[in-house]
Amino acid sequence: MAETAPAIELKGISKAFGPVQANKDISIRVMPGTIHGIIGENGAGKSTLMSILYGFYKADKGEIFIAGQKTEIPDSQAAISAGIGMVFQHFKLVENFTVLENIILGAEDGGLLRPSLAKARKSLLELEQEYGLNVDPDAVIEDLGVGMQQRVEILKALYRKADILILDEPTGVLTPAEADQLFRILDRLREEGKTIILITHKLREIMEATDTVSVMRRGEMTATVKTSDTSPAELAELMVGRKVLLRVDKKPATPGDVVLDIKGLRVVDEQKVERVKGIDLQVRAGEIVGIAGVAGNGQSELLEVLGGYAKATGSVSLNGEALDLTGKEADGRSRRKRGIGHVPEDRQREGLIMDFSAWENTAFGYHRSEAYQSGLLLNNAAIRDDTAGKMERFDVRPPNPALAAKSFSGGNQQKVVLAREIERNPELLLVGQPTRGVDIGAIEFIHQQIVALRDQGKAILLVSVELEEILALADRVAVMFDGHIMGERQSAETDEKELGLLMAGVGS
Amino acid sequence: MDFLTLIQLFDSTIRLATPLLLACLAGLFSERAGIFDIGLEGKMLAAAFFSAAIAAITGSVWLGLLAGMAASVALSLLHGVASITFRGNQLISGVAINFLAAGLTVLIAQDWFQQGGRTPSLMGGGRFEPITLPFAENLAAVPFLGPIYSELISGHSILVYVAFAMVPLTWWILFRTRFGLRLRAVGENPAAVDTAGVSVVGLRYAAVLICGILCGIAGAYLSTALQAGFVKDMSAGRGFIALAALIFAKWRPWYALYATLLFGLFGALETRPDVIQNIIGMKVQGQLLGALPYIMTVIILAGFVGKAVPPRAGGEPYVKER
Repeated sequence: MAETAPAIELKGISKAFGPVQANKDISIRVMPGTIHGIIGENGAGKSTLMSILYGFYKADKGEIFIAGQKTEIPDSQAAISAGIGMVFQHFKLVENFTVLENIILGAEDGGLLRPSLAKARKSLLELEQEYGLNVDPDAVIEDLGVGMQQRVEILKALYRKADILILDEPTGVLTPAEADQLFRILDRLREEGKTIILITHKLREIMEATDTVSVMRRGEMTATVKTSDTSPAELAELMVGRKVLLRVDKKPATPGDVVLDIKGLRVVDEQKVERVKGIDLQVRAGEIVGIAGVAGNGQSELLEVLGGYAKATGSVSLNGEALDLTGKEADGRSRRKRGIGHVPEDRQREGLIMDFSAWENTAFGYHRSEAYQSGLLLNNAAIRDDTAGKMERFDVRPPNPALAAKSFSGGNQQKVVLAREIERNPELLLVGQPTRGVDIGAIEFIHQQIVALRDQGKAILLVSVELEEILALADRVAVMFDGHIMGERQSAETDEKELGLLMAGVGS
Repeated sequence: MDFLTLIQLFDSTIRLATPLLLACLAGLFSERAGIFDIGLEGKMLAAAFFSAAIAAITGSVWLGLLAGMAASVALSLLHGVASITFRGNQLISGVAINFLAAGLTVLIAQDWFQQGGRTPSLMGGGRFEPITLPFAENLAAVPFLGPIYSELISGHSILVYVAFAMVPLTWWILFRTRFGLRLRAVGENPAAVDTAGVSVVGLRYAAVLICGILCGIAGAYLSTALQAGFVKDMSAGRGFIALAALIFAKWRPWYALYATLLFGLFGALETRPDVIQNIIGMKVQGQLLGALPYIMTVIILAGFVGKAVPPRAGGEPYVKER
């Protein structure tokens, strides 16, 4: 052959789980020494495709070619010997083993450990030098940060002589700085001739890191293009199947009376550490106030106090009437009665009970409301009907109230929480990380709902670690750093750079 | 208390610790691989019966031992099928095995021997006899060390020496071999083992198999060495004390030795209330000593003496995720 064979070529891969067609006739060619992105929403079939490539599933139909050779991959062992390495979204490391032990696990040289470990130590050091991946071989995994653990996963694949590296949503757990570092590592690997497949649902990463990109939607490969020939807007459209607004479309705010008035609020947590150190903040009717900041600077505690499940000192009033911050009325039920809706930051732990159905989850917090009662008992039929309506209006898919919360995708889970809180018509809505782990199609919808609530003249307090989201959604931005508010800006008059400095505690 | 009493006390400690140690190591293999096993008791009991029964019928204690191991392994595999292949609840499967063994042993004993659910007393080749180590008699006269060698170390059945040799062997297997590394890994994070291309199911079956063999030896020891024949419920909660010892030992082989020796000492003291009365000058109820292993385990679990962290994937069936 004149031209080089593709590192991986898939031809007509199909896979069905019962009635669900997870992959439909997928063909793809990835050339050696390139970074190829696969983008698609949750449930588009990206992970299934990669699981087939790594031998977790057997395709119903189709062929796999590795470096031009037709290859059968019945199990992970076969994938490894074909030179495929996989870095999973959730790392597959033994937490209380050392780095070295994790690296040799399954690839030992013989029955006894000592010679294997000694040999692995030598080749690990060589690999580390070759690719600039420094990790202490004797460190125990649980003592390492997430970024380091990911390096171990990459080294694990390289130790097994992988030429093709598949990374599944690698930045989901990383800080922005760690993600940048990862992309530098990937560049280095590409220079050394490795082929990399990067699975993600983040457009920015695709644009920054890849050479070519394939888009998947509902089990099908909708396009494969050169990254330099495409744009985020085009990729988003290919992913979702319709035009997507990457910016939030909203009119300028018309703020009314002060709804939420916070004065000198202080929060001390259970370890006796002061997390919120005296803040003043107002939110008016008809405006969205965004709290920007690196996670862990007191934003979560602020939401917890306002939502009624943490104690505080200082004063908070809602429409001129004080809220109880320490006494009997400092609980979620009283807050809801006063008209405060709360979409918590961690929807899976605070917003929903994952094993319970959507209709049960919709009733939580509002289970005492009259419409849900039938004498001494709950009127389950009424709750189910109500939930069905909410699910339809908030486009929750599938619109089945009996389905357990855990069976929905992240975006649809968030819509269930949002529908529950917004449809109670709150005076003040607290929203924490509304789009964390949510597809772009759903992000657009969630942002629209929040803006619509604002346009009805409600006050909204938004906490997000995504600066882009804050700038797009909020009318006014307050930046928190180390428990203080470092400054407030009109979002139309500021930019990421200025806010970034405030987030780092610089200036005021 | 004189020196000889002390030697006797420790001698009986060793004899009582042996079945605990074997069962504890059995549980260690299984639980390190992520399969909780509260069926140690039932497996010991079944092994005790079949060892004694076959030894009584054939007159060969070695055939008895093999039969006991086979019975215990069969129950182990039952646990394996329920909890590994069919991903059932490991506790329920273990409880079922305990009940099964308690009922079946008596039923079969009655059917075979018509002696009220016991086997005939074993004699001669039907028992494991004490072994006298070389020079034991010559050295007995040496002061201090002599009695320790001839009375304490020498004069046990072969199974006692097997049990104590299993401690370094278990340590070596777990921490110095590829099999041990994989076994420990599968109990901590089976997904890591699976993605490394190693069979989780295979490793876990290997672990329960070893568990069955060791429990089989423990049971055989009860009916053919410690005593001469099987009686109803003769394991008498030893399987549970072994589990307590396993937690007490934090799932480590050498600690398992120390824990079972300690619990064996409690057992030995239970039969010699006069010794305690001599030492602390007050009568202690035997039941209190019998309960001590459990009390100490609760204290350990409550976190007073360091932390006992069980294998992280323990008790959870492994389901491949997408």
